[in-house]
Amino acid sequence: MLIFERSHPGRRNAAQAPHHAAAAGGPSTGLRTGIPAALLRQDRPLLPEASEMDVVRHYTRLSQKNFSIDTHFYPLGSCTMKYNPRACNTLAMLPNFLARHPLAPESTGQGVLACLYDLQEILKDVTGMAGVSLMPMAGAQGEFAGIAMIRAYHDMRGDTARSEIIVPDAAHGTNPATAVMCGYTVKEIPTGANGDVDLDALRAATGPQTAGLMLTNPSTLGVFEKRITDIQKVIHDAGGLLYYDGANLNAILGKVKPGDMGFDVIHMNLHKTFSTPHGGGGPGAGAVGVAQRLLPFLPLPVVAKLPSPAGGESAARGAKPAGGEGINNEVFRYLTEKDLPQSIGHLSAFSGNIGILLRAYVYARMLGAEGMHRVAEFATLNANYLMAELYKAGFTVAFPQRRASHEFIISMKPLKDATGISAMDVAKRLLDKGYHPPTTYFPMLVPECLLIEPTETESKETLDGFVAALKEIRDEAHATPELVKGAPHTMPVRRLDDVKAARELDLTWKTPTSTAPV
Amino acid sequence: MSNPANLKYTASHEWIRSEADGTISIGITQHAQELLGDMVFVENPAVGRKLKAKEECAVVESVKAAADVYAPVAGEVTAVNSELDSAPEKINADPYAAWMFKMKPASAADVAALMDAAAYQAVVDSEAH
Ligand SMILES: Cc1ncc(COP(=O)(O)O)c(C=O)c1O
Repeated sequence: MLIFERSHPGRRNAAQAPHHAAAAGGPSTGLRTGIPAALLRQDRPLLPEASEMDVVRHYTRLSQKNFSIDTHFYPLGSCTMKYNPRACNTLAMLPNFLARHPLAPESTGQGVLACLYDLQEILKDVTGMAGVSLMPMAGAQGEFAGIAMIRAYHDMRGDTARSEIIVPDAAHGTNPATAVMCGYTVKEIPTGANGDVDLDALRAATGPQTAGLMLTNPSTLGVFEKRITDIQKVIHDAGGLLYYDGANLNAILGKVKPGDMGFDVIHMNLHKTFSTPHGGGGPGAGAVGVAQRLLPFLPLPVVAKLPSPAGGESAARGAKPAGGEGINNEVFRYLTEKDLPQSIGHLSAFSGNIGILLRAYVYARMLGAEGMHRVAEFATLNANYLMAELYKAGFTVAFPQRRASHEFIISMKPLKDATGISAMDVAKRLLDKGYHPPTTYFPMLVPECLLIEPTETESKETLDGFVAALKEIRDEAHATPELVKGAPHTMPVRRLDDVKAARELDLTWKTPTSTAPV
Repeated sequence: MSNPANLKYTASHEWIRSEADGTISIGITQHAQELLGDMVFVENPAVGRKLKAKEECAVVESVKAAADVYAPVAGEVTAVNSELDSAPEKINADPYAAWMFKMKPASAADVAALMDAAAYQAVVDSEAH
């Protein structure tokens, strides 16, 4: 049900509208806008007409249908659906953060700039990179920024014959898509039987045409590339650069630094590792980090800390409230094209998803360096516990000989062969049992796969409950397969026709012509 | 469904049928369609396009993933199956009837050198890890 379907012509909140607007019969009447008459629209916009109470009830009911980290275990592999601490939300919503206009002068925003600067420093430190820009608004946009920087670096050196980006076949789809968006051809390399990159294939694929390699480590198969030192040498010896897809940073946070592994540029999905709401719950943040040689190319704006030029003067003025002219004789400001003329430029109108960055900042400060170690340790412990329990229960683990990182894969192929019940059927049935399904059919290398990432914030009881649910579903697959095939049975919507949705994509609400408002 | 013995195959899961007029028809195998699942979109190469062997030349997209289709041998595209534009599900229904495009191969020997059904089955079996 859409809010449009609750619309009734003429229904509005007359009681709560400003008196003159209510009297005039609508907000658009008599507005003096300065817009030339020829450019004013003739028809009313097609907006739903509903009372405030209708609207509140509509959205409250929708929110009650939500299946979210606040209500359910959500082991969606590669997405790091960890608990989002309420404190992050509360502090990022302080009125002065919320009310700050993006065009307000920097002198009145020293507090928020100080937070962003600190976040840049924390991320540099925990990843071992030389510089960070917080601007990209998703992991995928971080990838775009990263590969654009690699391109800018080669171009700056006149090294323009490099036309290929190497991507392992286990990579997330955004990796090859990014390379193509940046004008490169993608060279795919296979994965060995143990889940690591096939080093011989990598050597064969690398050459003077190689601009760089995009690597996720731990990989999307949930294992740590043991030969990362050899891999980085192959690429660097050929003059290419190494891109780190940080989607799986949670597994190694505070333990291993991408900078130490030899990566030249990385993105961090702050909405994953730094616990900001996502997956329908909020927008993303894909901060990028770079090694020394890519510093000039960072996307703008970057926050810099400078000694206060007018420290004495502003102190002398005395009456200024603290924070009005910098903090502790330091001034924070955004760097612009003047400071970084080789920058790849702006990726958003203002300063990225600043509300998300503030949440990530509070989260990082609450953890501290010590807490970040614990994140990686418990994320890995939970994944390995769950993998061991499922293995004991007879499920097919994709890489049983390897230690899981923060996630791992089981294959439903044996179940499908025996009963016809697919990974998708199992996923849908899990909803009935009160669990969000794991990631299905990604990576494609393992048939009928479920990619499971419990995260560090779940208890042993929850993990045990999940194992029990999977065992129950396996029993049902043998005893009552129709029950599993027809799942979910208890959700507000039943099995969706995703094939029809993909073939006949229709995202626009069209008013039935008979009731079209004029 | 087994792989028809009268066809040739590639390790990248295309099937190749030699036609009477000297062209070859190309589609994706049963194994490939099974892995990909329900097809939602097919993009074929332009007629007249000259392809190198193993060149990416078409895309099949399913609910689960998008996959490249490669030219099995060098040659020129002579026809495409435009029925698949509106009915990509034909690939799921019968992958060996739903040809995607036809080529005039640069050399008949290249086609003869491709894998037969038994060799292809061995590839499929070895992939199932
Ligand atoms: C391995 C990997 N890389 C990249 C991305 C893209 O990140 P985002 O969804 O933030 O754009 C994802 C996202 O889900 C991912 O799992």
